[in-house]
Amino acid sequence: MVEMMSGAAMVVRALKDVGVKHVFGYPGGAVLDIYDALFAQDDVEHVLVRHEQAAAHMADGYARSTGKTGTVLVTSGPGATNTLTGIATAYMDSIPMVILSGQVASSLIGEDAFQETDMVGCSRPIVKHSFLVKRAVDIPEAIAKAYYIANTGRPGPVVVDLPKDIVNVAEEHPYVFPTEISLRSYNPTLKGHNKQIKKAVSVLLEAKRPVIYVGGGAIAAEAQEELLELAETLQAPVTTTLMGLGVFPGTHKQAIGMLGMHGTFEANKTMHNADCILALGARFDDRVTNNVEKFCPHATIIHVDIDPASISKTVNAHVPVVGSVDKVIKQLMTHLDKIDSKKQQEKLADWWQQVEQWRERKCLSYQTSDTLIKPQQVIEALYKHTNGDAFVSSDVGQHQMFAALYYAFDKPRRWINSGGLGTMGFGLPAAMGVQFAHPGSTSVVVTGDGSIQMNIQELSTCLQYNLPIKIISLNNRALGMVRQWQDMIYKGRHSHSYMESMPDFVKLAEAYGHVGIRVDHPSELDDAMTRCFAEKERLVFMDINIDQSEHVYPMQIKFGAMDDMRLSKTERT
Amino acid sequence: MRRIISVLMENAPGALSRIVGVFSQRGYNVDSLCVAPTEDQSLSRLTIVTHGDDRVIEQITKQMNKLIDVLKVVDLTEGTHIEREMMLIKVATRNEQERTEVMRNVDIFRAQVLDVDLTNYTIEVTGTTDKLDAFATLMKQTSDIIESSRTGVCGLARGEKALRP
Ligand SMILES: Cc1ncc(C[n+]2csc(CCOP(=O)(O)OP(=O)(O)O)c2C)c(N)n1
Repeated sequence: MVEMMSGAAMVVRALKDVGVKHVFGYPGGAVLDIYDALFAQDDVEHVLVRHEQAAAHMADGYARSTGKTGTVLVTSGPGATNTLTGIATAYMDSIPMVILSGQVASSLIGEDAFQETDMVGCSRPIVKHSFLVKRAVDIPEAIAKAYYIANTGRPGPVVVDLPKDIVNVAEEHPYVFPTEISLRSYNPTLKGHNKQIKKAVSVLLEAKRPVIYVGGGAIAAEAQEELLELAETLQAPVTTTLMGLGVFPGTHKQAIGMLGMHGTFEANKTMHNADCILALGARFDDRVTNNVEKFCPHATIIHVDIDPASISKTVNAHVPVVGSVDKVIKQLMTHLDKIDSKKQQEKLADWWQQVEQWRERKCLSYQTSDTLIKPQQVIEALYKHTNGDAFVSSDVGQHQMFAALYYAFDKPRRWINSGGLGTMGFGLPAAMGVQFAHPGSTSVVVTGDGSIQMNIQELSTCLQYNLPIKIISLNNRALGMVRQWQDMIYKGRHSHSYMESMPDFVKLAEAYGHVGIRVDHPSELDDAMTRCFAEKERLVFMDINIDQSEHVYPMQIKFGAMDDMRLSKTERT
Repeated sequence: MRRIISVLMENAPGALSRIVGVFSQRGYNVDSLCVAPTEDQSLSRLTIVTHGDDRVIEQITKQMNKLIDVLKVVDLTEGTHIEREMMLIKVATRNEQERTEVMRNVDIFRAQVLDVDLTNYTIEVTGTTDKLDAFATLMKQTSDIIESSRTGVCGLARGEKALRP
C-alpha cells in the first residue's frame, strides 16, 4: 500500500528517509504547512535560529565537522535571501548542504506576490544545483536527488524551492521515496585514469625535491589515512592549505605548515624550490599562488582533483588526474608500495636539510610583552587548554590567521573556517552547528570584535539549546586585518577600520544568559582560560583585550613569487 | 579563436539559464546561441559560438560539463564539421532597379524570397556565418535593410562522430 500524505508531511518524511537528524530554520508564511508537519513528529529535530544567514552557517558547520549534509529550512522572500551569504560560503568551500526554501503558491509565481523572490534565480551562481518543485508527488524524489547531488562528486549546496500550494496540509498524495538515484547527466569520476596514475608515479619516483600540497578536497574525500601512508612512503614534506588543515597531522615531523599568503616561511620556500608538486584536492587559489607568472618555476605539477574544472584553471598541470583523493592515492600506492622508506629518506636527505634550514628561521616566533596580550599567545594558550583537540571554528580576519598558524590540528574536520568566501559572522553559528553534531565535545569559536557582531544574535539560540560553546574573542578594538593592510599599503591611514562605541561584551554575554570573562593582562590569561574550560555546561564569552598593533606574519608580497614574504614589520625575504 | 560548442542537455526548466549564467558569471563571450529540443524530446541541443584562447575554451567546456543538467559537451571546431545559420532579412525594394538587383543577389546566394510587398522583399538565406555576413553587406550596398533576424549557428561533426546520450 502506498502511503498517502500531504506535501508538507512528505517534506518531513523525505528528510527522515534520507537520514536527516537536524534542520536549522526559521518559519514564515510560505512554510507554515511544513512547520505544522514538523510539529507532529520527533524524527527530525528543528533548531530555531535568530537569523536565516546563521541557519545556513550552522548547517555548514554541522557538515564540515561530520561530512554529512547540513539542512536549512526557510520561508520565501526575505527568509530565502537571508540565506544567500551562507549558501555562497558553502559553495566556495564545497560543503554539502540542502536549503529548503518556501515559495509563493504556483499560481502567484511571477506576479511580484507578497514575499516572492526568484530563489532559484538568486542562488543560481552559488549552488551546485537547484530544484523548483512543481507537484507534490515530486517532493520525495526532488529531496532525495538534492541530497545525492549535494554530497557526491565535488560537494556543494543544493536549493529545493517549494511553492506553498504543493505543501498544502489539506491535500493528500501518494508518497513514494526513490530506492535508487541515478542521473544520466551526472556521473562524477572517482578513480584516476591508469595512464595518468603511471605518469604521476614516474614523476614522483624521479623527484629530488618533492612536496605534497593538500587542500580541502582531501578532507571531503576522507583521505587522511591514505595520505599519511603516502606521505610516509614518499618521505616528502607536506604543506596544507587553509582549507586542508588537520587532514595531515600538524605535529607530524613531515608537516611544514600552511602555505600561501600567510603561510609559513618553510612551506612557501619548499613550494617555490620544489621540483615536483603533488597537489591533492587543492585548487591553486590566488591566496596560495601569489603571482601565477612566478609560481614555482622548477616544479612538475601533478594535480589530483575530483573536479576537472579545477585542474589547469589557474596553474597548468603537467600531470592532471581526475578522481577522488582517497581513491587516487590508493591507486598510486599500488605502484609505490615497494619503495623502501629508508632509501627514500637517504635520497631526499639534501632536500630535507634545506627544508630544515628554512624551518630554523622560526617564522612564527613573536615578542611577548609584560603589559599587552599578544594574539599568538592566546591561541597557544587555547591549544594548551584544549589539548590541541577542540573543534575550532573561526571568523574572518587576523584572528583567523593566528588560529590557523598557531593551533596545530592533528585531525581533519576540527578546523572550521570560511576560506573561500571569507565570511565574517561565520564563526559563532558554525560552532553551533558543530556542537549539535558533537554534543559532548569542545566547540570553540575564535573571533574578533568585528566579526562576532555580525551574528551575535545567535547567543540567544545558544541559550535556548544549552550550547556550551567557548567564544575566544581577540578584541583589538579594530577591524584588524583591514587595519593591517592600511598600515602596510595606505601609510597607516585607518579609514573606517576602528570601532568606536564597542559594547561591553561581558555584560552582553550576561544579558543573553551566559558567562562573560574579560582578560586585560597577560598574567591573567592562563587562569581565565582555566575558568572558561571549567564551565562544562555553559557558554563562556572570553573578551580578551589584545595588542592592537600586532600584524599577521609571514605575509606574501603582492605580485611576487610564493616565497617573496614579509616576515615581520621590518624583515622581508 | 572562434569556436562552436555543442551541448547536449536535459530539456528541463532552468537548464538554459544555468548555461547562459555560466557565460555571464565567468566572463566568457557569446557570439551566438541556438537551442531547441532534439528528436528525443527529453533532451535539448544547444550550440554556442564563442571565442577565446585554448585555456578559456577548455574552461568553458569543463564548466559546461560540470552543470548537472548537461550530458555532453563537444567543441565542433576541434574536428571537421558542418555549420549552418539562417537569416530572415527584409530589404527595401522601392523601384525596379532595386528589385532586379536584389533578385540577382538572391539567385547568386541561392536565397529565397518568402514575402513580397509593394516596397519590400523578405528573404531567407542559409549558410555559414560568413555567407550571411556577405549577403547582408551586399543588401546594405544595393538597397536598405529594414530589419533582419538570425538564428545563430548550429552544427554537426562530419562522419561517424555524434553527440548522443
Ligand atoms: C562580511 C564581510 N565583510 C567584510 C569583510 C572584509 N574584512 C575582512 S577581515 C575584516 C576585519 C575583521 O575584523 P575582526 O573581526 O575584528 O577581526 P581582526 O582582523 O581584528 O582579528 C574585514 C572587514 C569580510 N571578510 N566579510
